[in-house]
Amino acid sequence: MFTKFFFTLKDASVPVTLREYLTLIEALKAGCAEYSVNDFYYLARATLVKDEKNLDKFDQVFGHCFNGIEFISDAAEVEIPEEWLKKLAELSLTDEEKAQVEAMGGWEKLMETLQERLKEQEKRHQGGNKWIGTAGKSPFGAYGYNPEGVRIGQKESRHRKAVKVWDKREYKNLDDSVELGTRNIKVAMKRLRQFAREGAAEELDLDDTIRSTARNAGFLDLKMRPERHNTVKVLILFDIGGSMDDHIKACEELFSAARTEFKHLEFYYFHNCVYEKLWKENSRRHTSFMPTWDVLHTYPADYKLILVGDATMSPYEIAYPGGSVEHWNEEAGQVWMERMLNIYHKAVWLNPVPEKYWDYTPSVQMIKQLMTDRMYPLTIGGLESAMKELSR
Amino acid sequence: MKFKGTDTYVATEDLMIAVNAAMTLERPLLIKGEPGTGKTVLAQEVAKALGKKFIEWNIKSTTKAQQGLYEYDAVSRLRDSQLGDDKVHDISNYIRPGKMWEAFTADESPILLIDEIDKADIEFPNDLLQELDRMEFFVYETQQTIKAKHRPLVIITSNNEKELPDAFLRRCFFHYISFPDTETMEKIVDVHHPDAKRELVRDALKVFFDVRETPGLKKKPSTSELLDWLKLLMSEDLPEDVLRSKDPGKLIPPLHGALLKNEQDVHLFERLAFLSRREQR
Ligand SMILES: Nc1ncnc2c1ncn2[C@@H]1O[C@H](COP(=O)(O)OP(=O)(O)O)[C@@H](O)[C@H]1O
Ligand SMILES: [Mg+2]
Repeated sequence: MFTKFFFTLKDASVPVTLREYLTLIEALKAGCAEYSVNDFYYLARATLVKDEKNLDKFDQVFGHCFNGIEFISDAAEVEIPEEWLKKLAELSLTDEEKAQVEAMGGWEKLMETLQERLKEQEKRHQGGNKWIGTAGKSPFGAYGYNPEGVRIGQKESRHRKAVKVWDKREYKNLDDSVELGTRNIKVAMKRLRQFAREGAAEELDLDDTIRSTARNAGFLDLKMRPERHNTVKVLILFDIGGSMDDHIKACEELFSAARTEFKHLEFYYFHNCVYEKLWKENSRRHTSFMPTWDVLHTYPADYKLILVGDATMSPYEIAYPGGSVEHWNEEAGQVWMERMLNIYHKAVWLNPVPEKYWDYTPSVQMIKQLMTDRMYPLTIGGLESAMKELSR
Repeated sequence: MKFKGTDTYVATEDLMIAVNAAMTLERPLLIKGEPGTGKTVLAQEVAKALGKKFIEWNIKSTTKAQQGLYEYDAVSRLRDSQLGDDKVHDISNYIRPGKMWEAFTADESPILLIDEIDKADIEFPNDLLQELDRMEFFVYETQQTIKAKHRPLVIITSNNEKELPDAFLRRCFFHYISFPDTETMEKIVDVHHPDAKRELVRDALKVFFDVRETPGLKKKPSTSELLDWLKLLMSEDLPEDVLRSKDPGKLIPPLHGALLKNEQDVHLFERLAFLSRREQR
């Protein structure tokens, strides 16, 4: 049973090793989790997971592998995410529905009823059709929000009165495959910084030189150390003016916040695909632009190129001269792409569109192919892989 | 003897399991979590609970692994030789033991805290692998081996500024301290301010968690800020229902400067409060 658990974790890409597995066995033998399955869960977690971003995956695998086994459960009672329900409903209620809620006595009353309903549920030990999850039949299903999507409904109907700790999925926000949001932008910054600090040059270490010279009985002993400031130079091109502006903005902020970390960091904008012009200020794009050729001549080949965009457009915009939606381009977008990639060997494309949709958009496929697969989603994980690729 | 928290520290079930496993198997325990979630005080509290000696090694960006073992003070030796001091002939006069040395030579197994390990160079944890595994190291200058008399319990904290190397992680137990839920927070408040009125605490916690939810805060208030704020609230002897006021004119909680330390955050918060006040009218 444990071995299956171990391999399922590996399959879910939680990086567990044999060493940790053996530690878990050792700890179990030593009686570190004697009293309950909760203890076992905590112990396994402390032994096998070494990074909070994997905690959620761990919880899911644990639930999957050990479900159906009868636990001596002292699991916590359900907490009703009242605020959440409220918010959810407020967002999606029509005015008419709002009026209905008011007619029922307002939110307070509704929540009270919900509480009662839950208590009833507990007493009866099974889900009846009074349950909030049964849309349509219960008053709660009629208010326009989807109760199936509300997790407590699901939890309750499967596990009745108690929720296992791991089923609470408390660590969901720490998973790094979710999109960049304010919450994890800080983590992303740190990845960038780390990337920026690589490849530092050497400089004279005065303190160490003095110390070593002293140690050397006064004979000069020069010591070098990596320069504090890095040598990484980056050229970033942002796709602007599309539906993805918010994401692009997040990404832009991210890089400009990391600006001081880089030796050189240059920004330009493009629209959909790169053509013969790039610009620095979006508001003045038609009057003040920079010929792409000049950009290519200004920044030498040791710059690393990062393109940020959803790569979502008509294939014509990539493949044909004159394909651009905005102006007449003499040369096809892919000619420009190839031209750039021939200069900048270290290049990646960051795409704010979730990876699972990439396959459905031909233009994304085309760009990805031009990038020889170096397209990454705009998530912490994606950013990490992209930085790894750039520093290879 | 097991760690179960103390009269000044609230330990959740999962934290206890992690601490006790690390103690039983004599492996390091790595603790991560938001600032203010009690990472640093944990080691102190474990020492207190188990009646063990507490040794603290605070890591800075310039800290080197070697400094935890020992340092050879060559500069003093050079000076002594210039001054013709006799001490200069015995090199051991210039060996300065570090925190790990201290921990290894303690008479009873101590608690060694390596605080904020991620502040140091990326290689730092790797440089300590051997020493943490075998609990011994060699002093070249004096040709002696320092070996732990009793393996210390090593507690390491990280704020996640840097990734830690895999080889290092594999050797540790790991615990991520989640931000306390209301119930845990109530207990934490209780150990710090046992005399606080229950009503006040409950109201304050509600306000506190609300403030934490304010979108766009640069720094969310943490446990320390909550504790400071409560202390102020208690000492001010404010009217009982001050935090429950439905009066839209009083939407900004009193002394909120203790919760929000960052000027921008204070402004943001005040503006939001102002907006919602207008909405309520
Ligand atoms: N579980 C807890 N029990 C008691 N006090 C706590 C707890 N967690 C945090 N605190 C209090 O919060 C403050 C910050 O703790 P600290 O260890 O410095 O946080 P960190 O090292 O995680 O930034 C301290 O005053 C500590 O007493
Ligand atoms: Mg600390």
